Amino acid sequence: MQPKKKTLRPIVTGSSVLGIKYKDGVILASDTLGSYGSLARFRDIRRIVPITKHTVIGGTGEFSDFQEITKILRQKIIENQELVESGKEEDELLPSEIHSYLSRVLYGRRNKFNPLWNDVVVAGFEKGKVHMGTVDLWGSYFEDDIIATGYGTYFALPLMRKAYKKDMERDKALEVLRDCLTVLFYRDCRTINRYVFAEITKEGVNITDPVEIETKWEIADWQEGKL
Amino acid sequence: MFRTQYDSDISIYSPEGRLYQIEYAMQAVAQGSTALGLKSKTHAVVVTLMRSSDELSSHQRKIFKVDGHMGIAISGLTADARVLLKFMRNETLHHKFVYGSDLPTGEVVSSLAMKSQRNTQRWGRRPYGVGLLVIGYDGDKTHLYQTSPSGNCFSYYAQAIGSRSQSARTYLEKNFKEFPELGLEELVLHGVKALKESSGKETLTKLNVGIAVVGKEQKFEILKPNKVQSYLDQILQTEGEIEIENENENEKDEEAETLELKLD
Repeated sequence: MQPKKKTLRPIVTGSSVLGIKYKDGVILASDTLGSYGSLARFRDIRRIVPITKHTVIGGTGEFSDFQEITKILRQKIIENQELVESGKEEDELLPSEIHSYLSRVLYGRRNKFNPLWNDVVVAGFEKGKVHMGTVDLWGSYFEDDIIATGYGTYFALPLMRKAYKKDMERDKALEVLRDCLTVLFYRDCRTINRYVFAEITKEGVNITDPVEIETKWEIADWQEGKL
Repeated sequence: MFRTQYDSDISIYSPEGRLYQIEYAMQAVAQGSTALGLKSKTHAVVVTLMRSSDELSSHQRKIFKVDGHMGIAISGLTADARVLLKFMRNETLHHKFVYGSDLPTGEVVSSLAMKSQRNTQRWGRRPYGVGLLVIGYDGDKTHLYQTSPSGNCFSYYAQAIGSRSQSARTYLEKNFKEFPELGLEELVLHGVKALKESSGKETLTKLNVGIAVVGKEQKFEILKPNKVQSYLDQILQTEGEIEIENENENEKDEEAETLELKLD
């Protein structure tokens, strides 16, 4: 008899992904950690990746499934390019279409009881506006101006909701994200202090190299030399 | 002389390199009553002449909706058209379900071309004996395509198919350069005038003329007979004026430029 080949539980996991809309576009942020249970095993993975010139996805959960999703979507883009008559980039699949397609894929997998164990953020620029939303391992589709997955839903989302204003400035948006990422580093035990930001405007996608954010530990009782 | 030797099967070439079965299928399209299409920058229109076999029967419907943004006019074997229509409706619905958006007209026409070609290269199958004029509005652009039993699909500014379609085509060739900037009303009027050229002895009435429109902020809609009548009335009004104009004009024959997209 064949062994069961279905997803049982996530093994290498990524933590939160945050996203916030601002005046000229949208910014996503995540750390670069792939946890192996409680071990901080892979310390420089990319959990936010570009799919087309105008779309990025970010993934929480099982990292191998996220890699699979990236492959599925990029393959779909290539297939679609053959169908599109004009051959122009503007006529390729839109962020909202990619988002819709992904939700159908994930829902199909959940129906077979073999999910891709992820919470994916899809964000992009189409028709002069930002599109951002999530799909999860059950196939639930959701759109909003502020997005958080994983522990971010509990820690970051309330902070983002308080700070968010429609058409906020870029610096303010970054400030909100950095603040939330810091809080997550303090409280989420499966994070590291190394982050990647992805900015999408009408010009396209720009994903930064990893940066560190300062954190304060003076109030901690367990500092070096102290009991 | 060669024809009868090489026309009995779809899979036999003639010595001149022709597939007669396909040409016979296209002849079936030419036997159907006239259907024509034309487009501007904002709208695309189809106009058809609906035959009825006798006074007691209804007029054969030639225009069908595929989706909110797309529709077809047919000429040829209606039963074959229904099969292709079902296919197109399935494709558009599937796309909407998966991607949440309207299927681009060009893509469904491509799929249709592939489907039609398959029947020209398989033993035991025959080409679809129907030509479609597909109109659609997506990606902020209007589209008009013609499909044929051969599997070739082309994009057009204006086109007419079916019996006596050459007269309509001549009218469209003369006038197509002014179509892009026209409003919906004027575009439909041109379509009806073109149809009149192909109507021969048949009088155009609201019962035997079919008109459908699609475009910017205009979902695909088959016009009701009363609306059709209003266009026919406008044609009758200007009929006298046109006759005088024609006598004075020098008619130049212009080669119509058609945008051809051959799908390999």
